[in-house]
Amino acid sequence: MAIKKENVSRRDFLKKSSMFAGGVVFVSLLNPFKVVYATKKPKGKGKWYGIAIDIEKCIGCGSCARACKTENNVPNEPFFFRNWVEQYTITNDEQVMVSSPNGGIDGFKQAVPDEDIYKTFFVPKMCNHCAKSPCTQVCPVGASFESPEGLALVDQNYCIGCGYCVQACPYGCRYIDPAKGVVDKCTLCYHRLQKDLDPACMMACPTGARIYGDLNDRDSAVSLFIKEYNCAVLKPQLNTDSKLYYYALSQEVH
Amino acid sequence: MNKLQNLYEALANVEGYIYPNEIALNWDLLIVMYPYITGLVAGAFILASLNRVFDIKALRPTYEISLLTALSFMLVATMPLISHLGQPFRFYEMLITPHLTSAMAIFGFVYIWYLMVVLLLEIWFDYRYDMVIWSEQKKGFMKFFYKALTLWVSDKSPESRKTDDKIGYFITVIGIPSAFLLHGYVGFIFGSLKANPWWSSVMMPVIFLFSAMVSGIALVMFIYMVINFIRRKKNDILCLDTIAKYLFYILILDFTLESLDQIHRIYEADESFDILKLLVHGKLFFTFFIMQIGVGTIFPLAVLGFFQFKQPSEKIRKILYLIVSSAVLIGIFFMRWNVVIGGQLFSKSFYGFTSYKVDLIGGKDVWLSLLWFIIPFFILAFLLWLLPPWKKAKHVEG
Ligand code: SF4
Ligand code: SF4
Repeated sequence: MAIKKENVSRRDFLKKSSMFAGGVVFVSLLNPFKVVYATKKPKGKGKWYGIAIDIEKCIGCGSCARACKTENNVPNEPFFFRNWVEQYTITNDEQVMVSSPNGGIDGFKQAVPDEDIYKTFFVPKMCNHCAKSPCTQVCPVGASFESPEGLALVDQNYCIGCGYCVQACPYGCRYIDPAKGVVDKCTLCYHRLQKDLDPACMMACPTGARIYGDLNDRDSAVSLFIKEYNCAVLKPQLNTDSKLYYYALSQEVH
Repeated sequence: MNKLQNLYEALANVEGYIYPNEIALNWDLLIVMYPYITGLVAGAFILASLNRVFDIKALRPTYEISLLTALSFMLVATMPLISHLGQPFRFYEMLITPHLTSAMAIFGFVYIWYLMVVLLLEIWFDYRYDMVIWSEQKKGFMKFFYKALTLWVSDKSPESRKTDDKIGYFITVIGIPSAFLLHGYVGFIFGSLKANPWWSSVMMPVIFLFSAMVSGIALVMFIYMVINFIRRKKNDILCLDTIAKYLFYILILDFTLESLDQIHRIYEADESFDILKLLVHGKLFFTFFIMQIGVGTIFPLAVLGFFQFKQPSEKIRKILYLIVSSAVLIGIFFMRWNVVIGGQLFSKSFYGFTSYKVDLIGGKDVWLSLLWFIIPFFILAFLLWLLPPWKKAKHVEG
């Protein structure tokens, strides 16, 4: 199902073009400090999705990445992922080695002999559905937007394929679909959520390392998990307000 | 598919670790051309303004050439951006439904403002009187054409010429901040991305601005000499020396600002420092140290600096001006390259690099980039034929 952004209508054309004619630069000069994030956390009852990943439980089987490719028709080539798994190996002499062959879909091989390994673990990656998402901030046409549920989505019928959002995402979560010429990314299986189905990656994970749910609901699985375990987000210094919480995240992970 | 093959090749050449989606380098040569061309516009215009607003008479022979050069490049300035889009035919969405928090969305408006309000108007007021005269001299279609260009205003009175000059002056005054806005803004497109430590810098707009001036001035210098060569006219050496002087000063400023940015990065040495250091010493070594700094900065600085103290013969100076202006143009191209391509060669995971190979034969980006760089010269040739600066009536002060 195509994602359609609700709040942009082309009928606004006349209104907007007359409003903008000559005025945009001026207005933006008058209003330079307007907060530039797309969405605010809704007050009240609406859902506000978050995700949690338990790194200790991840066995690097790649089922989530595989399921995602199938569910979302992600191009097969190893350059396009909505969801991938990274293997970290820290050697006894403190070298950090990271790999993600084909996004982990075909599983992993450990190249470092056991006796040289200090520690090794897997980190599944996907869109963090940042609450202050830099990707939606920069989209020149507003095709990238945040849904009221706090998901960063793309209206592909609207995207012009400029790639600005790809550059703006600090986590490498976006790619340009080579066949469609527009950007694509994780939607947390928005099409499934709307039918009360779980996202494909969540269903595929055999160890229950992935949890998602409504952060507004204090009793949801994800809220309880974050409360119980001390979680961290990726690149907190960038102030993206990521909503993907990792438990047992090593500081080597960027 | 050629593109996929390139990606597999890039994949084979990955060093360290890079997020899988980063192997494809999304902003290619066309996006290098985009700031390059806009920079030439802004720079050429600023040279024209120096003559007009600061009344630097020695620059007079290049006044119209600068304006027409700026216009020629301005007319194609959006094309690299548009032709790079995954959905080029949707580009108008940027104008009709701009997303105001996006730096890129404003480009269309900055562009239109600069093209329509600044460049076209200034050229129109500068040429209005001459176009009236030409329309009287010509016959047939050309007569009509010049008449149309004057918008059927045929006033030739000295008062009207004074008014033209006053308005032209006023537009130039508005034009200078506009040119600053145009290119500073292009720098902001890159500088405002916090995700990318190579780009994210408050200095970016300023650096872009000064490098734009440098490149635009060098371009006009080059074109001025080429035009004189084609017309078999003598170069006005005083004019060339003056351009060279300004080129020298602005190049010093530009180099200082860029060094400041680098020194700041090196001294601060934040989390991204290690990977950026590897980048600059590895993948960017040739384009950064050799082309941008060596060819594009140190060499011109040395030559122009030497001329400030000791002037060799006119002939040698002219030859060196030709070489220096080309070197600067090449250097600034590589500066854009280092920003745009360099910023995508390292992984935002800070663990490795991808590679980018210009596909000289099959690459759509290469052909289009060349096209967008060459077309302005044809436009300029046409404009010079239509509005020859050397056939203009003597300037009247307002
Ligand atoms: S992880 Fe990247 S794509 Fe996802 S919301 Fe954050 S910035 Fe956007
Ligand atoms: S690629 Fe599409 S979604 Fe991304 S910034 Fe450009 S128009 Fe927006």
